Amino acid sequence: MDTRTTNPKAWRLVLPVVILVAFNAVIPLMAVVNYSVQETFGNNEFFFEGVKWFREVMTSTRFRDALQRQILFTATILAIEIPLGVAIALAMPHRGWGVSVCLVLMAMPLLIPWNVVGAIWNIFALPEIGLLGKSLNALGWDYNYTRQPMAAWFTLVAMDVWHWTSLVVLLCYAALTAIPQAYYQAARIDGASRWSVFWRIQLPKMKRVLIIAILLRFMDSFMIYTEAIVLTGGGPGNATTLLSIDLVKIALGQFDLGPAAAMSLIYFLIILLFSWLFYAYMTKDDRA
Amino acid sequence: MIRLRWTVPTLYIVFLMLPIYWLLSMSFKTTNEILGSFTLWPQQFTLDNYRKIFTDSTWYGGYINSIIYVVLNTLLSVCVALPAAYAFSRYRFLGDKHLFFWLLTNRMAPSAVFALPFFQLYSAIGLFDTHVAVALAHCLFNIPLAVWILEGFMSGVPRELDETAFVDGYSFWHFFLRIFLPTIAAGIGVAAFFCFMFSWVELLLAKTLTSVEAKPIAATMTRTASTSGYELGLLAAAGSLTMIPGVVVIYFVRNYIAKGFALGRV
Repeated sequence: MDTRTTNPKAWRLVLPVVILVAFNAVIPLMAVVNYSVQETFGNNEFFFEGVKWFREVMTSTRFRDALQRQILFTATILAIEIPLGVAIALAMPHRGWGVSVCLVLMAMPLLIPWNVVGAIWNIFALPEIGLLGKSLNALGWDYNYTRQPMAAWFTLVAMDVWHWTSLVVLLCYAALTAIPQAYYQAARIDGASRWSVFWRIQLPKMKRVLIIAILLRFMDSFMIYTEAIVLTGGGPGNATTLLSIDLVKIALGQFDLGPAAAMSLIYFLIILLFSWLFYAYMTKDDRA
Repeated sequence: MIRLRWTVPTLYIVFLMLPIYWLLSMSFKTTNEILGSFTLWPQQFTLDNYRKIFTDSTWYGGYINSIIYVVLNTLLSVCVALPAAYAFSRYRFLGDKHLFFWLLTNRMAPSAVFALPFFQLYSAIGLFDTHVAVALAHCLFNIPLAVWILEGFMSGVPRELDETAFVDGYSFWHFFLRIFLPTIAAGIGVAAFFCFMFSWVELLLAKTLTSVEAKPIAATMTRTASTSGYELGLLAAAGSLTMIPGVVVIYFVRNYIAKGFALGRV
């Protein structure tokens, strides 16, 4: 199937991209690696420490707790956003003015700067002056996300669902509109139920974009920082201190460069590993 | 059945619009009204919050700074991604698959990991606190994304187009600029849209790399929130204004956005 021709000169076309990305990726990554194996006492004096920081990070309960919270958060939002996104995409109108209206309105949360997303939910959920907080309290739930860990989690998850479900909807909708009408006509002639149309036609056709959607949501939710720090600041206590919040606290707050760098690398490797495993597993049938 | 079809999207859109409505309504309230009483819509309608933003240069300057680096970044990302995406979609060359995967891994690098080294790198080369610094830094995640999207669109163009053009004696760049680019105009629009979007919404790197001269609006907001007490009305007005560029851009590309990722290959 591969119709590409071999052409070593193609490297010239790729070169600008490689230079720009390498400048931004390789140099800082080297700096991180450099910090991760050294100890500093200020004055720009560095001492080689080997894998000390890695061992320290891997065995610290603080890192393990943050990682657990991170995995819980990512698993929760994936479990909500993917099925919800698919369901909404299936229910979207297929033609007419409704399509444009739906697309523009649904895409809105995607284009709001992340700190504004945090700020919106911060205000929206305040128990005294926010619409959500006030309503929940009026309904009899003693809700205050600045004090209760459960309420903070609920708000954080609600915010992420609000922010990102539309991405899943847009992707799935694009895949659904690409299915030829003939498939549905054939299904109707065969007397297929709505359910089997979904399982046999729509879901397989959405597989590719679902892989992309899950990968993107996995990566981005694992990296979430700005929205969460503006909304809860990691609190109450450490209840919503996710990995990157903890990382920034260590690196920029306490200026412990060694542990922060070691943690960065472990963090990056976890994302890479998960993404690669998932991708390899999902596409193993395609390569024969 | 028809009515049922409409309920799900409608409910979802209501859920999306409620927090946005709350922000907008708050931006038209006075600080007293926000903190003093709970009102569903502004009782003492005021435009003071917006007036303040449009007359104070630290506020409107933030918008200008943001737009400058976002536009710079979008242009840069798309321009360098175009030839690269062409190479990936048309040619086989040494290390092409590894290179493609390596590019995508940069999309997976948490900004928090790079914040400090970026600060040191851009300070060292004297670009700290310039629009160029932020525009370059955002290339880290936008170039891989642009290459990914454009490659998908380009692979959808039959190879015969290239071959015919070369047989007819077109030079590579003449063909590329005059014939090939117009055929994938939609793809370029989608790629530019996503670059614009991710550069516009990112704050951590933008904030780390600027202090005064190129401070983005988002950073102005967080700093104001901590220094001048809690002026919620002003903050809400600034937040509402940050939505406008997104809405404008999305209106223009509404028919293409859905296709952006769908055609790209992983």
